Amino acid sequence: MLPFKIGDKTFGSRLFLGTGKFGSNQQMEEAILASGSELVTVALKRIDLETETDAILAHLKHPRINLLPNTSGARNAKEAIFAAQLAREALETNWLKLEIHPDPRYLLPDPIETLKATEELAKLGFIVLPYIHADPVLCKRLEDAGTSAVMPLGSPIGSNKGLKTIDFLEIIIEQSKVPVIIDAGIGAPSDAAKAMEIGADAVLVNTAIAVAGNPKLMAEAFKEAVIAGRKAYEALLAQKENRAVASSPLTAFLYE
Amino acid sequence: MTNFKSVFEQYDWDTIQTKIYQTTTIEVEQALAKTKRNLDDFLALISPAAQPYLEQMAQISHELTKKRFGKTIQMYAPLYLSNECQNICTYCGFSMDNKIKRKTLTESEITLEVEALKKAGFDHVLLVTGEANYTVNINYFLKSVTQIKNDFSTISVEVQPLSTEEYKQLHQAGVYSVLVYQETYHRDVYKQYHTKGKKSNFDFRLETPDRVGTAGIHKIGLGVLLGLEDWRTDSFFNALHLDYLQKTYWKTKYTVSFPRLRPAEGVIQPNFIMDDKDLTQLICAYRLWNEDLEISISTRENEKFRNNIIPLGTTSMSAGSKTNPGGYVVDPQSLEQFEISDERSASEIAALISSQGYEPVWKDWDKTFSQIS
Repeated sequence: MLPFKIGDKTFGSRLFLGTGKFGSNQQMEEAILASGSELVTVALKRIDLETETDAILAHLKHPRINLLPNTSGARNAKEAIFAAQLAREALETNWLKLEIHPDPRYLLPDPIETLKATEELAKLGFIVLPYIHADPVLCKRLEDAGTSAVMPLGSPIGSNKGLKTIDFLEIIIEQSKVPVIIDAGIGAPSDAAKAMEIGADAVLVNTAIAVAGNPKLMAEAFKEAVIAGRKAYEALLAQKENRAVASSPLTAFLYE
Repeated sequence: MTNFKSVFEQYDWDTIQTKIYQTTTIEVEQALAKTKRNLDDFLALISPAAQPYLEQMAQISHELTKKRFGKTIQMYAPLYLSNECQNICTYCGFSMDNKIKRKTLTESEITLEVEALKKAGFDHVLLVTGEANYTVNINYFLKSVTQIKNDFSTISVEVQPLSTEEYKQLHQAGVYSVLVYQETYHRDVYKQYHTKGKKSNFDFRLETPDRVGTAGIHKIGLGVLLGLEDWRTDSFFNALHLDYLQKTYWKTKYTVSFPRLRPAEGVIQPNFIMDDKDLTQLICAYRLWNEDLEISISTRENEKFRNNIIPLGTTSMSAGSKTNPGGYVVDPQSLEQFEISDERSASEIAALISSQGYEPVWKDWDKTFSQIS
């Protein structure tokens, strides 16, 4: 399985995790370790930046795990940029999952504010991973704005509905020059495998693992599904390249 | 500009009440079978016809809540700043005609109370007052909020209805959410219970959430005082109100509370009794109708109910609450608004939540977001 890069960081695991919704921090830590993930996103609003001993962060202190602070709660570009700067200072990372959802019901991302903030944050030296709709044109605009990856949604966040946006995800994957990480809506390991099979670079999963009956076991299941899906994708690629040119009865007449 | 009053006036209490009580089993089953439910479904689910389906409702409510909010419960505590009040509300301990000693916390008293809450672990405080516009007004609120804003990530207020401009000032000062309960949506009954004072103006109160929404406050809390009127009909109107607000102020979050009338100094007994089964049905109906609605359970409810309601739709709980100004440290004997029922401490409630496989969440907001809007 090929490793892949975002910015200058190489990842062996193509499974990223969220840290919300777990029944306890202990459970979260176990699931993350079982998943083999190397990048986990954590909401700035949940972290106590003033104390040195934040309970969530304490459970994420493992050499393999990189933190990806997110701006959940921001309703516009201005708030997100402010939060990003605070996160960079407090967590000593310039990586950022940009989330701007003014609608607290479905947490759908605001494309206009997200584009604005990405442009600004990229200029400020952030590695920006914006959470967006599965909108191929927006993805290209974000590339132009200096994004380091795109994170289109598979279906509404937390819905566990899988890849409802698959036709658009395929266009995004086809066109993208930056890594494509499918975020939101992945409800089962089979969804994650499918995402990998269509060529996504990585997936981000939270609810499906956090609220599972056994989060740790579910994390393992996702780990294996992502590996299987990626292997299938790489295998398929090889198969495509090696395919012999079939004789076609449709053009046979040209050679008669 | 339209406001809720114009929506409200299209409905008639008796018609809604009749519709609720004439709901059929088939309508309930149809509502249960849907994946997206509307206000008609909510109406069916709070009806007597839905009572036999309570276990099924609870199962769905549990799943929906887990999916949307995860296995977490938000923790908060009320901080009563004042029991001065110029309203006469016949059910309330703070009612003006109650001849008791009145108290409004001073700056140094607030400091002491805040210290106690911080020590208990709280990061979300709900500031509560009566209505005494000469002394406990916007200037007092702004001063108090400014005083404590570095101590709490989330500050909510439950005070008298204010103007849009005043809500904007509170928003800028760092207030995250505003709670304002209509008490009852029955206009005539409202008048009987709120006989004197500014609160007797039904319409001004009804239009308050619109002013809060216009001011850009992040979260609005609604509720009815369960026991004043038929809880089913009142709850339908409360849901109607939420539905309108959610569509109008779509960037705002919403939360609902379920104050059941409890014994307090000099109050009348509730006219309409709502038992635990009823309240459970109502909580589940809210969740089935509205997956994103926050549901708050206060210490008005007793231990047994609070122990068991956690996985049924609850998203936030208060703990160790005192409902009198100075109740934590300064003046434990001052007049309380109502008697609390669950007297367990914050750490006991946190342990209870953990024991059920849920994470008690103390911090879920950062002042950063408030500082710049």
